[in-house]
Amino acid sequence: MSEAVLEKLKARFGSAVLETHSDFGDDTAVVDASVWKDVARFLREDPSLDFDMPVDLCGVDYPSRTPRMEVVLHLYSVSKRHRVRLKTRVGDEEMDGAEVDSLVAIWPGLDWLEREVYDMSGVRFRGHPDLRRILMYPEFEGHPLQKTYPAERTQPLVPYRTEDEAGVPIQKQPPFGPDEGMPFGRRALPHDGTSAGEAAWSKPGEEN
Amino acid sequence: MEPLDIELEEGELELPAEPMHLNMGPSHPAMHGTVRIVLELSGETIVKADVQIGYLHRGFEKMCERGTWAQVFPYVDRLNYVSPMLNNVGYALAVEKLCGLAVPERCQWYRMALGELARISDHLTCDGAMAMELGAFTPFLWFIKAREMIWDILEEETGARLTHSFGRIGGMAKPPTPAFKDLCRAALPKILQLVEEGERMLLKNRIFIDRLENVGAISGKDAIALGWTGPSLRATGVAYDVRKAHPYLKYDEVDFDVPVGTRGDTLDRFLVRLGELRQSKRIIEQVLDRMPDEGPVNCDDPRVVLPDKDDVYTTIEGTIRHFKLIMEGAKVPRGEVYSYTEGGNGELGYYLVSDGTGTPYRVRIRPPCFQITGGLHKLLEGRMLSDIVPTFGSLNMIGGECDH
Amino acid sequence: MGDMNRRAGSAAASQPTQSLTLDGNEQGFATTRVDALLGWARKYSLFAYPFVTACCGMEFMALTSPRFDLARFGAEAPRFSPRQSDLLWVVGTISQRQAPVLKRIYEQMMEPKYVLAFGTCASSGGFYDNYTTVPGIDKIIPTDVYIPGCPPRPEAVLDGLMLLQDKIAGGEAARRSPGVVKPRFDPPHAVGDLVQLRRSASDPRDLVPALHEREEKAL
Repeated sequence: MSEAVLEKLKARFGSAVLETHSDFGDDTAVVDASVWKDVARFLREDPSLDFDMPVDLCGVDYPSRTPRMEVVLHLYSVSKRHRVRLKTRVGDEEMDGAEVDSLVAIWPGLDWLEREVYDMSGVRFRGHPDLRRILMYPEFEGHPLQKTYPAERTQPLVPYRTEDEAGVPIQKQPPFGPDEGMPFGRRALPHDGTSAGEAAWSKPGEEN
Repeated sequence: MEPLDIELEEGELELPAEPMHLNMGPSHPAMHGTVRIVLELSGETIVKADVQIGYLHRGFEKMCERGTWAQVFPYVDRLNYVSPMLNNVGYALAVEKLCGLAVPERCQWYRMALGELARISDHLTCDGAMAMELGAFTPFLWFIKAREMIWDILEEETGARLTHSFGRIGGMAKPPTPAFKDLCRAALPKILQLVEEGERMLLKNRIFIDRLENVGAISGKDAIALGWTGPSLRATGVAYDVRKAHPYLKYDEVDFDVPVGTRGDTLDRFLVRLGELRQSKRIIEQVLDRMPDEGPVNCDDPRVVLPDKDDVYTTIEGTIRHFKLIMEGAKVPRGEVYSYTEGGNGELGYYLVSDGTGTPYRVRIRPPCFQITGGLHKLLEGRMLSDIVPTFGSLNMIGGECDH
Repeated sequence: MGDMNRRAGSAAASQPTQSLTLDGNEQGFATTRVDALLGWARKYSLFAYPFVTACCGMEFMALTSPRFDLARFGAEAPRFSPRQSDLLWVVGTISQRQAPVLKRIYEQMMEPKYVLAFGTCASSGGFYDNYTTVPGIDKIIPTDVYIPGCPPRPEAVLDGLMLLQDKIAGGEAARRSPGVVKPRFDPPHAVGDLVQLRRSASDPRDLVPALHEREEKAL
């Protein structure tokens, strides 16, 4: 529907647009982190594109790749009714250099979204007016949505009561001990796509 | 009192004014969600408001990466917990977009009916709670009574009043019960009647109107730049409804209007929700007329849909299929997709990244009320302390969705 | 002093009916009677602090609604200040960020105070066993009654409230171990249970004809 968007982007920014695709009907462009703000401004201000609504901003961690963290921005134009997904990749294995320009000046709605990406994925936004944690508490260390952060690691603010202190049982038995039971699909397969399951599906665009 | 007959310098008699900091803490009487607003006040006027969310962050996105695609449904219910069917349907549609599946017609109508019932329940809760926070307890009780009727229907259909987990990839968990259409047709007029009673009580009340009118107003352009969608955006005059702009399921085959406000203030948001409630009722009535009474509800794709229990217990293929779908999950093709539907608060989007296995690689929810609450501080600056409660209430911030 | 048989609540799980023997020189007759009177007064006039966070809050709202009326238990008055309340309803998931807030609210309440863990997330963390959820509020504050359910039906919550009332009436000894609401099965759904959809005079089944055939199948 809006292949024109991708064409215009490629025409304007040339080699800074690293990849484009329209799988599943979503137009996607991967751009270099250095032109992030320029591309965004172009999408906002070009009258034929007019992307005035920032829909979503998130980070997706691909630790097997370098750069590992992908920052994904979804945009929508209320007048033209087209959408685009803009991606960029930052950060090496230790998340050094995971910095990208802040787009708050272009779309004020990205204020909290950038804070959330910083909080959950660890990407810093240069020029953000108030970059602090939003969903987690300030004393929290680490960024939970990175694949290297274990989901069960808690950092309690209030130390837990012990059973002696409580006088009643407060440890509840989990249904399976750590070495019992099949973890129902969890962590059962490696996350680098080496799965035989893929063969069952045709690639996007092919007949099912 | 006699007038003062001394000369005074400008402002000499004024009280010293330093900004006072007030914490409207995470545990507060406003029934909408757990949020902390740190206010800088000058007298009764708010100079600055710092809205802090995250008190209900439950790690939804991290939990999704630890199970299978179908195990996400219970988590998804608890996001916008006043309209859980809308979340279920939205997520099911997202995974189906990634798999390239189309559900049968009966399922599409069924999803629409349950979704609109959930939307009515959402709007009843929001408006009722808003009225209660302003002191009007009786309309709240009436709206909750109407909501109980909807929950009765949903309990008959799905088994649970609130968090149904009823959607499945490729269909629904169970087909509609024989009583569904009759229950809906019996309940809807009663619900409307209760809503009308509540309206009659509230909208002619001078105090209620004064507390809502021109409070927390925002322009359409600002709202769009903030990323607002849903009733909060439509109250500003922008008629963006995902069901009309980008129809999904069978929304292009039913007839309904999109109520739009003019000033973008709290009263408009209140009224837009009431208007949408009526439109939802219209949609449900049309859906009930058109939904076939027989036919499959799940698509018959063996890669995602569980086999019948008969087959599981008698044939080996059924057993294996069941085993693989439960233990390893449906193998969704590699790729990423962003799928959006109209949730109770606006555009509810799911950005799914799949690596070809049965476990999701990344499930990102685009919560409509996250960005709406992000604009709250702008609405509050310059207003008085007592305007916080109706403004915050009208935005319908649902903690589970905002903090996901 | 004599045995004091404590009536277990309809859903008391952990203990069957117990006998308590009060030593003669420890308790006087008048004191026991006063205790019983105070217990009766406290249990039927609980001032609640609804610490509502999540989805269970919807069921809490439904509890206060006319259908599952909380007012008939005397517990409908929500006091939004911990200084004025004696029952802390912890409704919904408590995240690590919320934990200090909960602890402070609990500490601000005055004795005698009771805590009700409403829902599975408050009782044990629910299915959110991750970096951000407290696995049960009893890790932070002592709890008197646990009401599992996600969210629990209002009838289950009322069971829990009644269990708490028994504990309050039973005095300090009864509070030694917390109670858990167990599921129980009410008689099968009769047609007339669809209360709201019933017309006042005629047969409710006429309102929803499909329920006729369901009733016949069930018979």
